[in-house]
Amino acid sequence: MSDQKPIIRTDAPAPEGFEGEGFFATKLSSVIGMARKFSLWPLPFATSCCGIEFMATLNPTYDASRFGMERNSFSPRQADMLMVCGTISKKLGPVLKEVYTQMAEPKWVVAVGACASSGGIFDSYSVLQGIDKIIPVDVYVPGCPPRPEQIIEGVMQVQALAESESIRRRDSAEYQHLLDSYNISNEEK
Amino acid sequence: MTNEFVLEAITREFPESVISSSEPYGMLTLEIKKTEIKKIIHYLKDSSLEINFLTDICGIHYPEFPEKEIGVIYHLQNMVTNFRLRLKIFMSRENIEVDSLTELYAGANWMERETFDFYGIKFKGHPDLRPILNMEDLGYHPMLKEYRLEDGTRTDKDDAMFGR
Repeated sequence: MSDQKPIIRTDAPAPEGFEGEGFFATKLSSVIGMARKFSLWPLPFATSCCGIEFMATLNPTYDASRFGMERNSFSPRQADMLMVCGTISKKLGPVLKEVYTQMAEPKWVVAVGACASSGGIFDSYSVLQGIDKIIPVDVYVPGCPPRPEQIIEGVMQVQALAESESIRRRDSAEYQHLLDSYNISNEEK
Repeated sequence: MTNEFVLEAITREFPESVISSSEPYGMLTLEIKKTEIKKIIHYLKDSSLEINFLTDICGIHYPEFPEKEIGVIYHLQNMVTNFRLRLKIFMSRENIEVDSLTELYAGANWMERETFDFYGIKFKGHPDLRPILNMEDLGYHPMLKEYRLEDGTRTDKDDAMFGR
């Protein structure tokens, strides 16, 4: 099985390794994957009602901090996970793409809600029919708007991706090809 | 200040300019000659009527009336007495131009840009008439009724997953 294939795990067992009296040895990638999994800093790109649901996800009732989303980053430089919550108009598209390119690797994108995933009810000349027209998306969260539980489910899928994917993802030809197809340069900006 | 009082003041000052008047839901509504609109709004602002707040400018499209196809509607208010009125002008598609109000009301700037953006109405004397809400490269004025509600030639909607 390729390293890119996500394995969805909702509990967190210790990675495979050798255990003995007073030591535990495992792969570096497993340790880094685990560290990334529990420190996904979200960048909220909230434009409408899905943004409100995302705020509810952060509040104590749903407590996104449990998943390591302790700190919301409002700068793309220090963010790992772009949460696109809401309708993206075609005029806003270049702004979203700019934010995505400014994020440092590794980065993941969650399309929260019907509008971000497909344009939703806004089957219109002015609305982008899904953000995957301009940036690659890792996880789609359905719903109009999705409830916080669904957003948490989406975040947990990003966690599974972060845990299981190769730490050298950005070097792979497949990833480079994906970015090229979106006309996004992988160079440091 | 009543509707009758304001209507009488306007018709006395500009006897030829008012084409028709009505009072839907009690709000004075006048259809004005296109060439006179700036003069009348200037008068309403500077006279003792003091109708000195421009609430909104918007456009409208009536494809069934060739001579009065495109309209611009002005909503004005006297903030002291809370008197409101509505002025309408109409024009044909060939002569789609009207005086800008930006010299009278700074707030007209963005309202006129929006009206231009959606209906293609040109405002003579506007300092910076370019689209405000739509993408700069949209290339057409989407609220005109000549466009079909559902565009069959669109390629950006994925019907395989979201069939209609």
